[in-house]
Amino acid sequence: MAETKRKRRETEANNISDYAIYLENVCKTFSDGVPALSDINLKVKHGEFVFIVGVSGAGKSTLIKLLLRELKADSGTIYVNGFNLMNIKHGRIPKFRRTLGVVFQDFRLLKDRNVYENVAFAQRVAQKSEREIRRNVPGILSLVGLAGKYKAKPKQLAGGEQQRVALARALVNQPKLLLADEPTGNLDLFNTAEIMRLLETVNENGTTVVVVTHNDKLVNDMKKRVVTIKQGMIVSDDENGGYFDED
Amino acid sequence: MKIRTFFYTIEQGVIGVLRNKWFTVATVATISACLFVFGIFSTIAVNVAYIVKNAEQNVSVTVFFDEGISDERIEEIGELIGRRSEVGRYELITAEEAWEDFSEVLGEYADSFTENPLENCANYQIYLNDVTKQSQLVSYLDGVEGIRKINKSDFTADTLTGINMVLVYVFIGIILILFAVSIFLINNTVTMGISVRKEEITIMKYVGATDFFVRAPFVFEAMIIGLIGAAIPMWLLYYLYGIATNLINEKFAFLSFLTFLPAWDIFVYLIPFSLCIGVGIGFVGSFFTVHKHLRV
Repeated sequence: MAETKRKRRETEANNISDYAIYLENVCKTFSDGVPALSDINLKVKHGEFVFIVGVSGAGKSTLIKLLLRELKADSGTIYVNGFNLMNIKHGRIPKFRRTLGVVFQDFRLLKDRNVYENVAFAQRVAQKSEREIRRNVPGILSLVGLAGKYKAKPKQLAGGEQQRVALARALVNQPKLLLADEPTGNLDLFNTAEIMRLLETVNENGTTVVVVTHNDKLVNDMKKRVVTIKQGMIVSDDENGGYFDED
Repeated sequence: MKIRTFFYTIEQGVIGVLRNKWFTVATVATISACLFVFGIFSTIAVNVAYIVKNAEQNVSVTVFFDEGISDERIEEIGELIGRRSEVGRYELITAEEAWEDFSEVLGEYADSFTENPLENCANYQIYLNDVTKQSQLVSYLDGVEGIRKINKSDFTADTLTGINMVLVYVFIGIILILFAVSIFLINNTVTMGISVRKEEITIMKYVGATDFFVRAPFVFEAMIIGLIGAAIPMWLLYYLYGIATNLINEKFAFLSFLTFLPAWDIFVYLIPFSLCIGVGIGFVGSFFTVHKHLRV
């Protein structure tokens, strides 16, 4: 009996390690009693590119917050990059987050620091030496096409450029998983295409990419896996799926 | 903590002071203003206490002896007086010394006396440590053999005791209120200054910064600001104290009975105390304010 249990746990552990994201029967209700997510089951394997789509208020951002462990689910199982987010201690959360890259719609750059410092900050947090920082930051800024603007402050950059800085910051620690919450929400068509091209390149290099969006054109052009959330529940999960924005 | 993180904290703390100029100026101004008022009041309080203490030490009790008392007994009485804890110092004025002093007052009229008219006026002048204990000493001396008469000033002693008590309560009350108001104002300024940087803290947490890594530069920054905010009023007060005491001594001769404490005697305590308050409030205020925003 004990042997069977142990084997089941080992199998489960092996299964979980196959996934960048492993959610099983996850529920989250806000403090005012409004259900945000109900019985969410989602498994994203390492190296996948997934869109999570849905109208405003569907629960996409709550899902991202659960994956970042900004919020804790009420019930269910959540593993991200092998970390059990239902049991993780507060002191271990920073270590977990260093395995992720995060990009937001509003860029969230440190306004009083220049491009170089914004990207270097993620490396400093990860306790990288100055030598490593001096080597890695210019490289990642070249990748996003901002090597020439490393001294500029965020407010001196256009929206697309700011998002590329945010992307460079998210990628500089070579995360296993990149979470992008409406990364093109504030961008024009040209910059949207540019950011998506970069995300695709990142994915081709082995990083799992999860993009939350309600931009149907973007989703339909990319022909990737699409997970649709409606009223806090996953209503469809299609490889090479499509999406029609109901907003 | 790694050395790299230590230097990062120092560097970011200093940069933070320079980068967030308005926060720095506002907080330094608040701390300086509070500690300046606190410092002025403390300086006045310490000086008033010093002046009262000086006045107390000039209040003496005079003890006269029985006629024909022996020199040995006078010496014994002196020893008894010297053993009392309430006695600061005492001195024997012999009949000859008493007449010598008095004849200086009389001038040429003193020559008409062939004998010492103050023959029985040898006495002990006793100066107290604490004027409130005058009655305690007097009741003891009443029971000592060989003492004929005790001169004392109940009015002076009672007045000084009363002033002392009132001053103690008033000064403690005002200083406590000033101190509490200072801490409240300073803490509010630090809290507001850090709260507007909530987004910065959130971003740091998203990229995987530990609580310590986020908090340490903020705390160090607030401690630097606290130190500057405390140093400015102390420097200013030290400078002004010298000018003020000189001015009073030189320009207001009628106040010459006021003896002020030397600046260093006050500021040797006030400066480290104020600097500790400045740094301490910076530390505590920023520590708890940042803590509120760390649950991301």
